[in-house]
Amino acid sequence: MASMRTFSPAGTQQASAATTKIESRNLNFYYGTYKALSDVSLAVAPNSVTALIGPSGCGKSTFLRTLNRISETIKNTRVEGEVLLDGASIMDSDVTALRRRVGMVFQRPNPFPKSIYDNIAYGPRINGMKGKMDDLVETALRRGALWEEVKDKLNKSAYALSGGQQQRLCIARAMAVEPEVILMDEPCSALDPIATAKIEELIFNIKNQTTVVIVTHNMQQAARIADKTGFFLMGKMIEFGPTDLIFKNPSKKETEDYITGRFG
Amino acid sequence: MDNTSRSRPFDVELDQLKSMLLEMGALVASSVHRSILAQTERSEDLAHQVLRDESRIDLAEIQIDDFATKLIATQQPVARDMRLIVATIKINTELERMGDLAVNITERSLAMMHLPRMEAGLYSDIVELASLVEHMVLSVLDAFVKQDAEAARNMMASDDAVDRLRSKIGNELIERMQSNPETIPRALNLMFNSRSLERIADHATNIAEEVIFFVNGTDVRHRFGATRGMEGLGAPVLDTQSG
Repeated sequence: MASMRTFSPAGTQQASAATTKIESRNLNFYYGTYKALSDVSLAVAPNSVTALIGPSGCGKSTFLRTLNRISETIKNTRVEGEVLLDGASIMDSDVTALRRRVGMVFQRPNPFPKSIYDNIAYGPRINGMKGKMDDLVETALRRGALWEEVKDKLNKSAYALSGGQQQRLCIARAMAVEPEVILMDEPCSALDPIATAKIEELIFNIKNQTTVVIVTHNMQQAARIADKTGFFLMGKMIEFGPTDLIFKNPSKKETEDYITGRFG
Repeated sequence: MDNTSRSRPFDVELDQLKSMLLEMGALVASSVHRSILAQTERSEDLAHQVLRDESRIDLAEIQIDDFATKLIATQQPVARDMRLIVATIKINTELERMGDLAVNITERSLAMMHLPRMEAGLYSDIVELASLVEHMVLSVLDAFVKQDAEAARNMMASDDAVDRLRSKIGNELIERMQSNPETIPRALNLMFNSRSLERIADHATNIAEEVIFFVNGTDVRHRFGATRGMEGLGAPVLDTQSG
């Protein structure tokens, strides 16, 4: 008997299978008196990739940094509203514990001036792990899609790696402490297309273990890797929805104008 | 940062793509019109013009696909731009098939040209069918130019009238053939031509669906409702459990 052809809406599956991993509610953020974020409410499902897009200065990176309170490291800033991780406010938790649960990867790869091995082992060590960590290092490097390239030179300096490899190392390092959420701030902007493709594949693979929120200026990248996409403009979240919908038929004119290159 | 919309070099290319499609649409509409006239007016000149224009339509099809493919490769279009290019590629195929059907009508018309005419009543139905179909073709091209989804939707309603009329003509032709076997060669040609006209109307309806997709992002094909690009649907999957 012929199989029946049915449609499997990714969005509905996600909504029914999962609740929210991390979310902001009515979030405002101020640099001094300048209001950089205005009333941003956004819910991220577990084991999903969420892309944040928008022109420079729209607040997307600021928003990302509020999700693990890295934004607090900047003087004279203020947050209003809530960020909830598994339903509990992150403001109430210990900030170190929070950042262990919500890791971060930055625009420029920032490996430690240590060996490849020690870059990975560093996080688990400061979290109390002792002894040899060969298995953990291998697992993390495999997750970072870097193992095959570095397995014979684990004791070499991380600085000897190419930019793309360094970035994958940083992602592997972040993954080594098994964070529940990874925030990525334009992780591919300094990389060539092949290195970018490897990072994208990696992001796709780590979705099983973690939840990814990524800021990107590369709209095709958002379209390729994200389950959901949020468009930010002048500190506000203009539109948030399934990536398919945002790129095929956005509901807001500002979104359409931005993604089609009419401004920005 | 400037948030106001600006025109892009890409807009010029999209306009060019639209112009190419419209030029082809005009060519196809003319061929459909001439193929019908070639039959009703028994004009060999018009018939030969349709046959000559077929290669122009074929060439236009290739050029439009080529240009649309280039735009996808170089511009990586999204949203309305993407919908316009996807719709154009599909409309292009529909138009080329309409051109082929105009050629079919013309060839049948040439075959009938030296046979005696059939009764006037039957001809008036065929002329009415042809006029309905021509109107659909022109309306859908107009809806595309004006980016008017409502007009496209309205035009689709005519398809039912075309189907009814074609069925009526078919029944009349069967009666003629049964009562007078001598009419069989003419009646069969007319049967084929009314069928070709109905197919042209079907292609015009398909174009209307693409116009609605381009303008609204909604998919009205096959009565599945709004799926293409509307609900964030993933790729269709085969449900092996049910089979």
